[in-house]
Amino acid sequence: MRTARPAGIVGYGAYVPRPRVRASSIAAAWGREAAHLPVREKSVPGLDEDAVTMAIEAARGAVARSGVAPDRIRAVWVGSESKPYAVKPSGTIVAEAIGATPWVSAADLEFACKAGSEAMQAALAFVGSGMADYALGIGMDAAQSKPGDALELTAAAGGAAFLFGPAEEALAVVEATASYVTDTPDFFRRQHLHYPEHGHRFTGEPSYFAHSRAASRGLLEGLGRRPADYRWAVFHQPNPKFMRRVAADLGFTEEQIAAGAVVDRIGNTYSGASLLGLAAVLDTAREGDRIFFCSYGSGAGSDSFSFVATPRLAAARAAAPSVDDYLENRRAIGDYGEYLRLSRKIRML
Amino acid sequence: MELPRYHRMRRALYRLEGTSCPSCSRRFFPPRAVCPACRKGGLEPFPFSGRGTLYSYTRITQAPRGFASVAPYAVGMVRLEEGPLVSAPLADTDGIDLSIGMPVEMVTRRIHEASENGPIVYGYKFRPRLRPPRQ
Amino acid sequence: MRDVGIIGIGQTAVAEHWDRSIEDLAVEAITEARRDAGTDRADALFVGNMLSGELAGQENLATAIADAAALLPIEALKIEAACASGGAALRAAWLAVASGAHDYALVVGVEKMTDHLTDGVTAALATAADADYEAGFGISFVALTALLMRRYMHDHAARREDFAAFSINSHRNAALNPRALYRQPITVADFIASPVVADPINVLDSAGICDGAAALLICPAAEAGRARRTPVRIAASACATDTLGLAERADPLVWQAVAGSARLAYDRAKVGPKDIDLFEVHDAFSIVSVLTLEACGFADRGSALRLAAEGRIALEGDIPICTLGGLKGRGHPVGASGVYQIVEVVQQLRGEAGPAQVKGARVGMAQSVGGSGSVSVTHILRA
Repeated sequence: MRTARPAGIVGYGAYVPRPRVRASSIAAAWGREAAHLPVREKSVPGLDEDAVTMAIEAARGAVARSGVAPDRIRAVWVGSESKPYAVKPSGTIVAEAIGATPWVSAADLEFACKAGSEAMQAALAFVGSGMADYALGIGMDAAQSKPGDALELTAAAGGAAFLFGPAEEALAVVEATASYVTDTPDFFRRQHLHYPEHGHRFTGEPSYFAHSRAASRGLLEGLGRRPADYRWAVFHQPNPKFMRRVAADLGFTEEQIAAGAVVDRIGNTYSGASLLGLAAVLDTAREGDRIFFCSYGSGAGSDSFSFVATPRLAAARAAAPSVDDYLENRRAIGDYGEYLRLSRKIRML
Repeated sequence: MELPRYHRMRRALYRLEGTSCPSCSRRFFPPRAVCPACRKGGLEPFPFSGRGTLYSYTRITQAPRGFASVAPYAVGMVRLEEGPLVSAPLADTDGIDLSIGMPVEMVTRRIHEASENGPIVYGYKFRPRLRPPRQ
Repeated sequence: MRDVGIIGIGQTAVAEHWDRSIEDLAVEAITEARRDAGTDRADALFVGNMLSGELAGQENLATAIADAAALLPIEALKIEAACASGGAALRAAWLAVASGAHDYALVVGVEKMTDHLTDGVTAALATAADADYEAGFGISFVALTALLMRRYMHDHAARREDFAAFSINSHRNAALNPRALYRQPITVADFIASPVVADPINVLDSAGICDGAAALLICPAAEAGRARRTPVRIAASACATDTLGLAERADPLVWQAVAGSARLAYDRAKVGPKDIDLFEVHDAFSIVSVLTLEACGFADRGSALRLAAEGRIALEGDIPICTLGGLKGRGHPVGASGVYQIVEVVQQLRGEAGPAQVKGARVGMAQSVGGSGSVSVTHILRA
């Protein structure tokens, strides 16, 4: 899929909350072996944080890097599976906080872990069709996981925001995008329940891998490109293993994915995961670098994007904290008890 | 549920919007309708940058009703770059030695929720400024 | 304006009155004041109270008390100025009598705080602050005061223990007052070991939550001579205000409302700080005493801690403060405190303060402060 009018990312911002819990603390609480844990630690939202507050900070970073007046933004779309309200848009709060209201479209998108790239694609289409000059797509989660479930070892908090605009102002131009979706129920959360359920090994080959590969290959073939044509590649990263295996399946190298491998350091931020990886790549990419991006959301589907970094990218970076700034701004949580308190997993009887 | 109360404050709460006096250019936060210096109305909205330094701080151990679930928590007074002094909760202060004069910046966080089925009030807090400082 | 005198005083013990309502307390104090004055005359009732709406669910409080005290159908009004409500009620009564609108006016300050748990009382007290921009953010009243104390310590290189002398003085004097709540003496070591409420403020920096009522009967000085008791004259009554939000002041450590009401009172009474024989300070927190003594001209900026360290605030010092315990030692039933202060100044000027008597006291000052110094009422009384 290509836009009618050339468009790209004119600003980006990331957010990762400061608290970190060690995977070994979680493992110890549930009698799991400390060996072979998928990540060393994961990010946890503070008591005063949720997907909305985190989206606001990422959105502010994106606006600051773009230099665009907030009242020129025509859409604020938030992709998340941890909306603080089941009914009531998060996008309105974010739009109000960044000063984009009232002449703006706002909505929340849900597609498990690819809600964020859905928001990006919609924002790109808004600009690429000529309907708007600027539109913001955000992926942000305070990821939910059932206490004791394997997901609890990785389900983390964070995400990123991307402001799309005309190609001539872009930090990274979009070459094309693709979406590949089938009905594959590998992971879901029923209405009124706190935590998602997942299909264990069913989440792997028929779900994550099949969809990520298809969306990636479709885009590469459409553009007539090979993995070697890209300097960087970012995939959805539910854990370090899946991300590396799909990259290898497609022919991408460790060097190409290293810069965007945020999961290694803070875990899986669900709707925010691939977007946070892309933000980390934009923190280091140079002019002319090609960037390959592919998300994955359970249910299931993948959105792939091909970007090219422009000369404007380097100059825009200093206007907001980098992903690394957030990764380094960390505070170790004392124990599993404090983690439960911060994650609001303690229910008073 | 005090829905209209927080709704009418949303610009001040979410993005630290105050007012400025067109006659004497004094800036006010919280927003004022009448300039205390000129004793005239007609004040205009003024967006504060959110950057400032810590004037004073404390950690509340005995929280008022509605705030016990987040106690203990730090609050402070912040001297904004544009002049006014603002009282506000402080964010991300665990494990940090606060000190008078330290650079802080505004973030938007959850301030209060009266109950599990009530509205969530979002508003400004200040946290120790991240490096590098924003432009 | 007519000269006005105080001819009757009454007070309940300051305590946790578990078995008594707000009306019960007010009626006891009123009855004692009328007995003290030796007259049943009363043309109006002014009630100083801050929290009856929040804590008792009872507004229209003045009518409720007039009814309970069998004072109907006289005019009865509640006067609210946060923690300065007591002083403000006397001021309203003084305006009524001095102007000639009324001859005999009753004043009662009353607060019933122990019907609620601490978090509820903390939230109720926070209504003295800016509801939208202070209390609404969980910034409690103690926290606002703690912010001031921290900054004061920073600006003047003061240590936390330097503030202990104020609490020690209040407790020492309270031990001499049978109506006071906190009558046990405390030491610097107790002060340092006391639990933190909002650092650097600890429990022994803070006046406690309690119940109480105090009452006065005032009338024109010309008629006061006929009263049973030697009248004490109200030489000045003054009130001033400052920004509701603490942060909105040019300098939060300079309490303009406190300074302003004191200055007006000095002018009207034609006295200065040197003429004041005793000063009932609104010592809700030790830092409040410090800022008050500086604002009212008893100490230069940054030097009030020295007054305490040198013992000058003690009963035998040159400016005795909180002579019967103050808010800290007697207890601080908020809307009643301002009236307790007046009752105590009258005791001193009558020479009836017992072991707490300030020798030769002729001129006494009492000051109520509401909010974080946002409203202040000052009275100067003469024997």
